[in-house]
Amino acid sequence: MSTEGVLGFVLAGTFVLYALFGGADFGGGVWDLLARGPRKARQRALIARAMGPVWEVNHIWLIVGVVLMFAGFPRAFAALSVALHVPLTLLLVGIVCRGAAFTFRAYDTRGDAVQRQWGLVFSGASVVAPLLLGMCVGAVVSGDIRVEGRVVVSGFFAPWLSPFAWAVGVFALTLFAFLAAVYLTHEAPSPELKEDFRRRALGSGALVFAAALGVLLLARTGAPRVWHGLLASPFAVALHLGTALAAVTAFVLLWTRRYAWARVAAAVQVGLIVLGWAAAQYPYLVVPDITLKAAAASPSTQRLLLAALVVGAAVVVPSIALLFRVFRPRPEEDATASTRS
Amino acid sequence: MTDLLFARAQMGLSLAFHIVFAAAGVALPVLMVLSDLKARRTGDADYRKLGQKLAKGTAILFAVGAVSGTVLSFELGLLWPDFMGQYGEVIGLPFSLEGVAFFTEAIFLGIYLYGRERVSPGMHLFSGVMVAVSGAASAFFVTLVNVFMNQPSGFVPTPNGPTDVQPLVAMFSPGWQYQTAHVLLSCYQASAFAMAGIHAFVLLRHPGSAFHRKALSVALPVACLTALLQPLVGDFSAKHVAKAQPVKLAAMEGQFETERGAPLRIGGLPDVETGTVSGALDIPHGLSILAFGDPHAEVKGLEAFPRDTWPPVAKVHVAFQVMVGTGSLMALLSLVTLVQRWRRGEWPSGRRMMRAWLVAGPLGLVALEAGWLVTEWGRQPWIVHGAMRTAEAVTPVPHLAAPFWTFTLLYLFLGAVVLFLLLHQVRDTLPGDGPRAAGHPAFGEDEAHVH
Repeated sequence: MSTEGVLGFVLAGTFVLYALFGGADFGGGVWDLLARGPRKARQRALIARAMGPVWEVNHIWLIVGVVLMFAGFPRAFAALSVALHVPLTLLLVGIVCRGAAFTFRAYDTRGDAVQRQWGLVFSGASVVAPLLLGMCVGAVVSGDIRVEGRVVVSGFFAPWLSPFAWAVGVFALTLFAFLAAVYLTHEAPSPELKEDFRRRALGSGALVFAAALGVLLLARTGAPRVWHGLLASPFAVALHLGTALAAVTAFVLLWTRRYAWARVAAAVQVGLIVLGWAAAQYPYLVVPDITLKAAAASPSTQRLLLAALVVGAAVVVPSIALLFRVFRPRPEEDATASTRS
Repeated sequence: MTDLLFARAQMGLSLAFHIVFAAAGVALPVLMVLSDLKARRTGDADYRKLGQKLAKGTAILFAVGAVSGTVLSFELGLLWPDFMGQYGEVIGLPFSLEGVAFFTEAIFLGIYLYGRERVSPGMHLFSGVMVAVSGAASAFFVTLVNVFMNQPSGFVPTPNGPTDVQPLVAMFSPGWQYQTAHVLLSCYQASAFAMAGIHAFVLLRHPGSAFHRKALSVALPVACLTALLQPLVGDFSAKHVAKAQPVKLAAMEGQFETERGAPLRIGGLPDVETGTVSGALDIPHGLSILAFGDPHAEVKGLEAFPRDTWPPVAKVHVAFQVMVGTGSLMALLSLVTLVQRWRRGEWPSGRRMMRAWLVAGPLGLVALEAGWLVTEWGRQPWIVHGAMRTAEAVTPVPHLAAPFWTFTLLYLFLGAVVLFLLLHQVRDTLPGDGPRAAGHPAFGEDEAHVH
């Protein structure tokens, strides 16, 4: 594989990790917004406790992706920054509001009413951000962003506001909500809370299926390249079969209340979906005008970036493993035993 | 205002806002670890409480720093797509390494903040140290990017962008050692002065508070040491600028004509139309001595350079005066404080000194912002000095007033909330308030009692 191919694969890998970790945090915000029933407060406390120590770390996968993009594929980064200026700016507002409100809620001790207000900002932004993220992905993959030389000629709105882009946005939102619900079945300390999130996981899982169907139907006219890419190679077919298998497995495991394994299956499912997106638009970074090769930095930069990635991984991966080990759920713990210092 | 000005204003606003949180993210972990070390050594509960308070402050500031930093990483492209499109590959390496350092900082901060009861005391302290080290590393790497923009190297510029790219050369562009040292010190200095100011404020109202005297004893050594080192490092940095970026030096000093034995102009307002500086206090030969170590050295004036490469002279000069002025005041106060500490064997706590430290509290941040303005305004009209003008890099997206006002309002609001929350944290430590200090339980802690 060429260097830019390896770098492109790593880029896709960071998006997989962002979906698995950062995406689930957005999903947590969605369930904070939708918390209901007799255990409403405990659902929210569980989400806050699960996210508290890790959300900033999970969020950094996005920054890694952005940095890889502008260091490794600067021309694509520049084109996307122009074409998607509006949704990316809105996404940033959402990201700022989400993170700040989540933290302020934890440290603003003026009372329940104030904490509820911060909660609303946090959860509202958690719905808007994945929607926008999905719409950006939809625009990139649709082929509606057109670039001539260094100039974006397709305008600032149409590509990300197409029906197909909207469908991808909704799909991303349901997918992240589903993922969070599955994770929370495992993290929940009591059987009642586990049941709450099991129901939510099954319900949102059905919505994921519906949204995926919507994306697929709209792809035929809205993103012809994806439509053809779906069946283009044996590799793509295997990828999609694997996704379907993981989805069914996750459903069965949820149904039979095997949460630890359901979590793994759901993560595999989401990871394969993101890889499926990457495979569908390969070798393009911005369909149909910028390929990986055309956007790639000079070979010396690419090699140094890969070296930096290896060094980075050697530092970050064991540290993350430690972080998740320290904060793995403990069955004896109630949702209320906060460990915040 | 033109779209270019709105873009510059938005970038400036985002950086000015982020810089405060970034500096706190670099320095507060050090102060927090120092408190923890003192708590371990003395077994004193006050130091432990101080470490916990600082940890809460760090948590709030780091979260806002993390999200405002995300905004910046996107804004590089959103506002300056051609800068990133052409020079992203030249300067991507330090950005990537900064990402690694930031990652490490966030991971260990998570363990430090939330894991106090889950990990051993040794592991907890180790996490704190890792936060401090990786915070410093991340500031180091990101400053390298700014060094490159000031004095780029490691590529050959062509009309179609850079060729013959050598990322490692670009990463350590000339002058990197001075600017990174200057920036790192300023982070510690600004945070330690702010912390000292807060505790001096409380001690003025509650002179007997042991907790706040101990807190001051953690902040003052860091504040005094950095404030005395900073003028030395700043001098190295200025000498480098004098050699390598003479037009920036000329703007900083309001030097319009090339002359031998140039005077040092303190204060004053440069007028580019008349080429004069009004209201400045001139010290004969001062600039030649400071910049080149020779009273008769020639200092290049602005008129030696084409007019369309001049930075905004008045702004650069005033910002530089503010930085040097506040820096000198802080160094002076630190000197007096250290002398008192040496003569009396304990950190000063008298009313006059406390008033002085209260007034000096914000000066570190003022100097930090002013110094950053000097380097950014001083580089104009270039985004990559000598290779790409800021006006060439700006995005073609219209109506940039909209995002500018959006982020302005958002950041003003966030700034106000953060200030309020930090003051709340301080209020909890006031003497005589007893258990009330706990206030409302933190989110998620009170639900236990619902069922």
